[in-house]
Amino acid sequence: MTRRPAVVAHGLKKSYGDVRVLRGVDLEVEQGSVFALLGPNGAGKTTTVKILSTLLPPDAGRAWVAGFDILRERTRVRRSISLTGQYAAVDEEQTGAENLQMMARLRGYARRAARARATTLLQQFDLTEAAERRVRTYSGGMRRRLDLAASLVTEPSVLFLDEPTTGLDPRSRLALWRVIKDLVARGVTVVLTTQYLEEADELADRIAVIDHGTIVASGTADELKRQVAETRLDVTFADPASYAAAVGKLAGLVVSTEPDELRLVTATDGSAAHIRSLLDEVDPSGTAIAHFRTRTATLDDVFLALTGRPAQPHDTKEPAHV
Amino acid sequence: MSELTAPAPSRIADWSTMAARSMRLTSRNSEAILTSLMLPVMLMLLFVYLFGGAINTGTAYVTYVVPGVLLLCAGFGASMTAQTVSHDMSSGAIDRFRSMDVSGAAVLAGHVVASVARNILSTALVLAVAFVIGFRPHADAQDWVLAAGVLLMFILAMSAVAAMVGLLTRTPEGASGFSFFMTFLPYPSSAFVPVDTMPGWVQGFAENQPVTPIIETLRALLLGTPAGSNPLLAAAWCGGIFVVSVLLARVLFRRRVS
Repeated sequence: MTRRPAVVAHGLKKSYGDVRVLRGVDLEVEQGSVFALLGPNGAGKTTTVKILSTLLPPDAGRAWVAGFDILRERTRVRRSISLTGQYAAVDEEQTGAENLQMMARLRGYARRAARARATTLLQQFDLTEAAERRVRTYSGGMRRRLDLAASLVTEPSVLFLDEPTTGLDPRSRLALWRVIKDLVARGVTVVLTTQYLEEADELADRIAVIDHGTIVASGTADELKRQVAETRLDVTFADPASYAAAVGKLAGLVVSTEPDELRLVTATDGSAAHIRSLLDEVDPSGTAIAHFRTRTATLDDVFLALTGRPAQPHDTKEPAHV
Repeated sequence: MSELTAPAPSRIADWSTMAARSMRLTSRNSEAILTSLMLPVMLMLLFVYLFGGAINTGTAYVTYVVPGVLLLCAGFGASMTAQTVSHDMSSGAIDRFRSMDVSGAAVLAGHVVASVARNILSTALVLAVAFVIGFRPHADAQDWVLAAGVLLMFILAMSAVAAMVGLLTRTPEGASGFSFFMTFLPYPSSAFVPVDTMPGWVQGFAENQPVTPIIETLRALLLGTPAGSNPLLAAAWCGGIFVVSVLLARVLFRRRVS
């Protein structure tokens, strides 16, 4: 049997009035892999997920999920996927167990089987102790785990996770990453959206960077890093005056700056000759630079290079209470 | 993984699962219980004991006012539905259900069924208290069955309106503003005072709005007042409101999710 891709999309377009949210998105996700759609707020991540999960018809373009056409075989797509949306879609006034039993009933389980399935899931997601408590009393991390458990009542072939860890504190984020990795190990294809580079780097086999409704780059994390120039030169200056002079001198070659640290980042091919000439250029007298180091570009660098904006740092989002 | 392979879900089961969900959710919403159960009883006591002495209706006021309170409580109970529907639409719950191939109709019907159940409960409570404080209708079993049918029609119509409003408003807060309108409608009608005691311009509205023929039908059944064309008008209003609400809800739902 040939392994056809779990998700294929060609030229997806969607507009709301004058706002062109998607301007032609192409994707291909291999079975059993993790695919991350990485982009800032408003880039079109959620719209893409909604179209692929059949919730929203595209204005143009076609897509197949688990081998089924998202428009013509909507029911079959829906039976093959699970969606965990951006906001934990579990009922606050039901208990964790009741939420999961309800999902199991909706997936066709008989009453008794639904109860058994809920119990198994609660165990698996470390929620057994909270099973009989109303979700209202859950922490942000527990809610997300329950939400994810609700998506897994039946094992989907493709699991869509829309910003699964947005708003979570670091500990809950790590816990959720572990859960996602377990799922992948069991062979589930995961399509996730994120605005966190580190999340894409940690979880995804392939990453597509989306900005203003188009995919601006895609590949493995390593490929993306290479694509933007593999090596970075971080230069730290001895005093603010030489720092300012160097930023002025290099101008367009500066990839990013950290003024508080008197540090600038520039791209290099990593060769001794290139690094020497760069250092000579900004510091002809040999006194201005305190120290420098070369390193492999991070996804943050990639993001910056591709979208012209720094990636969203974690701490600008309100963390969920735990 | 055979444990994870479930049979194709049945649509009828979806409807009952969604109804059970909605009922569970409202049964745990203390505000909803207070609004839909306690408020109508309190209003009835208010009308009977505080205002009733000054209102001359030709019968014991409690007997006159009970049909009106019954409709009032249908309004309260149904207005809750607008909020729960609106919450589902804005919280992501609807996306989750749709991605599981549960139809929007099943989700909405669940809320309407819960609304009807809630209203039946509050109606029974209001009637029980009414009997305690001296409500003495002259009705036989057949009259009671018909009266229950009229009430059910009205409750169903109001619940459908509320579900539709829940789709129309973007926030649960906006939806709750709607309860004002629903619960206001019985006042300019024959529910609490005879229409002929109102100023002329209000009379025109009061006589021709849906609540008046429904109340007069209930009075005819329970108290033996002349029915006239009221039962027909009541049925037409309830049926019309229900059908229009369902059709509008269909359109609104489609617009909301595309």
